[in-house]
Amino acid sequence: MFVAIRDIRFAKGRFALMGSVVALITLLIVLLSGLTSGLADRSVSAVRNLPATHLVFGGAGDEQPEKSFADSTVTPRQRAVWENTAGVRRVSPLGITTTRVGTPNGSEASATVFGLPPDAPSAPTGTSDSAVVISRSLAEEQRLHTGDRLSTTAGELPVSAITSDEFYSHTPVIWTTLDTWRELRTARSAGAETPLATVLSVEAEPDARLSEADSAANTLSATVGDSLEAVGSFSSENGSLLTMRLLLYAISALVIGAFLTVWTIQRSGDVAVLKALGGSTGYLLRDALAQSLIVLLAGAGLGGAAGVALGSAAGEVVPFELTARTTLVPVLVMIALGMVGAALAVRRITSVEPLTALGAGR
Amino acid sequence: MSLRLHGIGLTYPDGERTVHALDEVSLRVDPGELLAVTGPSGSGKSSLLAVAAGLVRPTAGSVHVGETDITGLNGAALSRLRLNRIGIVFQQHNLVASLTAVEQLQVTEHMRGRSARKARDKAVQLLATVGLSGKQHRRPSRLSGGERQRVNIARALTARPEVLLVDEPTAALDQERGARIVELLRDVTRQYGVATVLVTHDTQHLAQTDRTVAIHDGKLSG
Repeated sequence: MFVAIRDIRFAKGRFALMGSVVALITLLIVLLSGLTSGLADRSVSAVRNLPATHLVFGGAGDEQPEKSFADSTVTPRQRAVWENTAGVRRVSPLGITTTRVGTPNGSEASATVFGLPPDAPSAPTGTSDSAVVISRSLAEEQRLHTGDRLSTTAGELPVSAITSDEFYSHTPVIWTTLDTWRELRTARSAGAETPLATVLSVEAEPDARLSEADSAANTLSATVGDSLEAVGSFSSENGSLLTMRLLLYAISALVIGAFLTVWTIQRSGDVAVLKALGGSTGYLLRDALAQSLIVLLAGAGLGGAAGVALGSAAGEVVPFELTARTTLVPVLVMIALGMVGAALAVRRITSVEPLTALGAGR
Repeated sequence: MSLRLHGIGLTYPDGERTVHALDEVSLRVDPGELLAVTGPSGSGKSSLLAVAAGLVRPTAGSVHVGETDITGLNGAALSRLRLNRIGIVFQQHNLVASLTAVEQLQVTEHMRGRSARKARDKAVQLLATVGLSGKQHRRPSRLSGGERQRVNIARALTARPEVLLVDEPTAALDQERGARIVELLRDVTRQYGVATVLVTHDTQHLAQTDRTVAIHDGKLSG
């Protein structure tokens, strides 16, 4: 690193410019990662956090089932098939309906009603017929308290408890029983059979015969993770933000590679002299890569720190998740990709001919 | 330890013809001896230096640094040889722009795997030997042409080499400064007991050398 550090000191402006570019890209990626994760949480946290291994989707009537919460309905018969399937430990019906509720102060709010048996593992304390358990964020936004009554399509329902935040499709979740959920639910034909719920929440052994159950019940089962894409707009929303992040990573590797290519070409005369003096190619490559690492560590570190600071502030007004996954991982990926770009750029050191150091050609 | 070149030939293709850059060149330089190789541009001076430094492999003949025949060495071994046993003085601009005078010397110690910090005192002392006391913190841009050449010479001497190869050291200097540089080369050749080859087209300062040979069209005379 002997030459690397001195080069940086010597060409402060150029390296500051490069470090700033790295810092800005890192800042953008950290902000985008936090926002992506925060938005994803607002979209699917209530599904992702279900204590289940699989979700089972049914088709309306004789229709083939699709992986879509909007189109799925399950019947008591399908529930029975799944309960009798080998390797399935537990089956809980889950009704999901997005609706609007009126508050005592006269305002209205969007919410998603999760209907489930009061004894289901995911049912919060206080889940009972003709009452609702609400998320903390809804309570805070609408200044609701236990005992307040919400106006719904099923009439006025008292708030029986306030629990931790869960979200579905960017709306806070309200929990109630399946019977109350059915009253709230917009009528939807389910053929000859009476719809029981939207999906079945299943806890299954790894060797459970899921495909046999799907065939017998005309259902479609998926892991909880795979089921997230069944939430409307989640895939496209998440996909767009992920594409932006990937493009930023690619741009950063290209920018760093381009800068270091120009820099390596500019200093090829110095490299030739050092080679002619006896410096090995390995020594010069290590020195050049160390230089890249210093710039990347400083730039990505600074950008990451700024991202954490801005993300903390942004978290007050927008869904922003501040975790190691949304901050540290993007910084580390930036450094790793930057080093790939650097490695490609500085490999031209190997082709610098020490003979060019002789004569007056420099 | 001496430098010996025996029957050196160097040819390379140039279109359809073959250029004989060096033709049956043999010479010997002993420790403490300053040999000047003169000749016009394109006569083969730089080729001779490049072969002696192991930067170019000759197509015929052998080069010995001390008892080592360097013509059979691979690239890594030649790099180690230049690092530890051969000092090269380049033309004046061949200093690393980002390094100060003392750092130009320290970097060679660092390339040898030694502590650059520990080499600092020795480097400052060496700079003083070549007349650069108090200028160790200056970068090349803040040194005169003559001073840069002195840094070049000091850098080449850090490993106490057996052979010193000097490439046109007076090319960009006025007569007075050129004379001082050749005088310095003569002094360090004596002081360090190094076999020095000075390649130059400038014949004004040859009186200070121990011996002079001329090269024309790749052939040595004199």
